[in-house]
Amino acid sequence: MIEVGMVLEEKIFFVDRDLLKAYADASGDQNPIHQNEEFAISVGLPNVIAHGMLTMALAGKYVSDWAGGSANVREFSARFIKPVIVPAGEKVDLTVNATVIEIDGNTFKLEITATSAGVKVLGMAKAVVVK
Amino acid sequence: MINPDSVGRTFHGVDQITVTQSEIDSFAAVIGETNTTVAPPTFSIRISLSQYESILTQPEIGVNWSRLVHGDQKFEIFRPIVAGDVFTCSATIETLRVAAGNEIISVRSDLHNGPELVVSSWSTLVVRG
Repeated sequence: MIEVGMVLEEKIFFVDRDLLKAYADASGDQNPIHQNEEFAISVGLPNVIAHGMLTMALAGKYVSDWAGGSANVREFSARFIKPVIVPAGEKVDLTVNATVIEIDGNTFKLEITATSAGVKVLGMAKAVVVK
Repeated sequence: MINPDSVGRTFHGVDQITVTQSEIDSFAAVIGETNTTVAPPTFSIRISLSQYESILTQPEIGVNWSRLVHGDQKFEIFRPIVAGDVFTCSATIETLRVAAGNEIISVRSDLHNGPELVVSSWSTLVVRG
């Protein structure tokens, strides 16, 4: 039984430089801040950062899994409030969980929390799914 | 600088973008999705962002793409994207404001497969000053 206020099981994704390259190729977003450390630092970033949309895509996988598949996701939104910082040779976490905040028949609205290294990286993250 | 006269206007991409199964498979593989009969929920950004780049950097709009940061993103998915969809993409500049020397625009993108609206998305894009 799904109820408003129910907290869903947490899932941890791991992000490394190889994943950033794979996402760059799959999404077409080849901005060097996501691959080139020297460039990232030259524009004032602490290190290479993950694409905000990669963070959102992984959170979307979390939502799809709960909803029973990608086809069941109807709305999905997020603000990119802090970057996921990805140093060379490291796998950093993206820890995702969600709370059910509205139910209307078979339609569920989720509020999603996503953190990396303990820092909240997505704000106002919400999804509407049917299941 | 972004041309303020572009606010409220809708611009249409000239390209027709055909979605292939291999593009869906690559995107899904990155996030660990094994069911690729439909595209993952954020797949359409692949189309919208590249279309934004060609549309919004036109001189009559004037977005400086090299100084762009993605602020937020929203999708409304009317049906999942599948291989074989052929999309045209529009970009509507809904708002423009300047804050702390940055230009902040809110852009809506509609992806149509023929007459069918499949995905609407909204992106806040920040052009750092």
